[in-house]
This record gives sequence, C-alpha cells and structure tokens, in this order.
Amino acid sequence: MAFQILINVVIAFSWMFLKNQWAIPDFIIGYFWGLVILFLMRRFLPGRFYFERVLAAGRLFFLFLRELVLANVQVIRDILRPKLKIEPGIFAMPTELKSDWEITLLSLLITLTPGTLVMDISDDNKILYIHAMNIPDTNQAIAEIKNTFEKAIMEVTR
Amino acid sequence: MTETINIFIGLVVLLGSLLSLVTTIGLIRLPDVYTRSHAASKSATLGVLLILIGALLYFWFADNYFSARLVLGIVFVFITAPVAGHLISRAAYYTNVPLWEKTVQDDLKTKERPKTKKEVEKRQKVHTEA
Repeated sequence: MAFQILINVVIAFSWMFLKNQWAIPDFIIGYFWGLVILFLMRRFLPGRFYFERVLAAGRLFFLFLRELVLANVQVIRDILRPKLKIEPGIFAMPTELKSDWEITLLSLLITLTPGTLVMDISDDNKILYIHAMNIPDTNQAIAEIKNTFEKAIMEVTR
Repeated sequence: MTETINIFIGLVVLLGSLLSLVTTIGLIRLPDVYTRSHAASKSATLGVLLILIGALLYFWFADNYFSARLVLGIVFVFITAPVAGHLISRAAYYTNVPLWEKTVQDDLKTKERPKTKKEVEKRQKVHTEA
C-alpha cells in the first residue's frame, strides 16, 4: 500500500515536471491522473488497489461515528431510567484478527459501541473479554455488530 | 445565515454540556466501577467532543479563524478516552474490586486469573532475590 502511494506521488511530481508548473492544484491534478494510471495498471502491482482501502477506512470512520452516537443514546437511557434496569456481565468473544494494530482498533471500536467495554485480551490475542451493560438483550445483537466491525477492519487491513 | 449557524453552535455546545451532566448523574447512580466506566468512557467522550466542535465552529464563523489545535484535541480525546476506561476497569478487576449482581462472568474468572497470579509470584520472587 505504501509502495502504491509512493508511485502515485512520483507520478504527480512527473506531471508537475511535464507541465513546468509548481503549485498545489497541479500536484492534485497529477495525483488524480496517477490514481487513474494505478487503477488501470492494478493487475501488475502487488496487493490490492490502495484507494479501495482508503474508501474502506472512510466507511469505518463513519461506522465509528454512528456507533458512538447510538452508544450515548443507550447510556443516557440506562442512566436516566427511573428504575435501574441493567444486568451487567463479562463475556468472551473470539476474534479472527491477528495483528496488534487490528485488535487495538477493534477494542477501541467495541469500547465506544452501545453497552460494551473491553476488559482484557487473552495472551494469544484470540479472545476479547468484554464487559456488557445488558447481557440478555444485547448478547445476540452485539455479536452481529462485532461481525460488521471485524469485517470493516479486515476490508481496510488486508 | 449567521443566525442559524449561531443557533446550531449553541445547540451543539448545550448538547455537549447536557451529556457531561448525564455522565455525572451516571457516576452517582450506577452500582459498580465497571458500569460507571461505561458512562464515563462513552458519554464524557462525546460530551467533550461536542463542546470542542462547538468552539471550533464558533471561532471559525465569528472570527474567521480555523483552529487546527481544536481538531487535534478532538482526535486525541477520541483516541485516549476509551483506552483510559479500559485500563481503569482492567486494573479494578485485577485488584479484586467486586462486581455487582451478575449474570455471565465467564472467563476472566477462569482463565486469566491463575496465570497473572503466577506471574505476580514470579515477579515477587525476582524482587526478593534481587
């Protein structure tokens, strides 16, 4: 991915050399054409076309914002309800993510999602221990959310 | 145009402070450390975030000054607050702070515990030898 970005920057600079114009807009135009060239030549480059990953990262960011707002709505509802109706507990969730980076990102996302908080991670990076605010009604839904998160992170990292 | 923006900014800041208030109520009402850290790590993050965004927009539209430091502050709070919540609840768990009346309390009890205890003993042994 870094290699493709480097090529793209080099193409943008070649564009500026060809035009003999040295301003930011020329760089952006050259970068755009470099993107087109890289897209056409994606078969010959190692790895995936990198702009897909940039788009996936953008999607992940918006997912993140949405979950943050939903989490807050739920916390407010839990706190301001006249009778405290919560059943907290700790459950284990196996994860397929491997590298430290991905797991950090996943636990950051989980911590900011409705009703869940990462407590610990097993030594072999395979199980996340999560504290949940409402065990019975969210267990299923949470598993689904985790799947979407894991998928979104994998879209970005591999 | 400026009126609507002013009202919008006011709403954003008000929402942020209300969220902070709710966080405080949560800290008082909720029963144990872990549920409290739920409230603290989520609502407080979004509350501070909204207030900072309100300040950013205000100085942008009123003084025509875009403060990049506020953006940086937003990003830093965003990244660090959940980590702090995680570390506090983890430290609480490993220093035997009791949980509330629970339903499922899987594996932290069964798996991690003996290992860390052994590690603690090992560390203590190293300390006494050294």
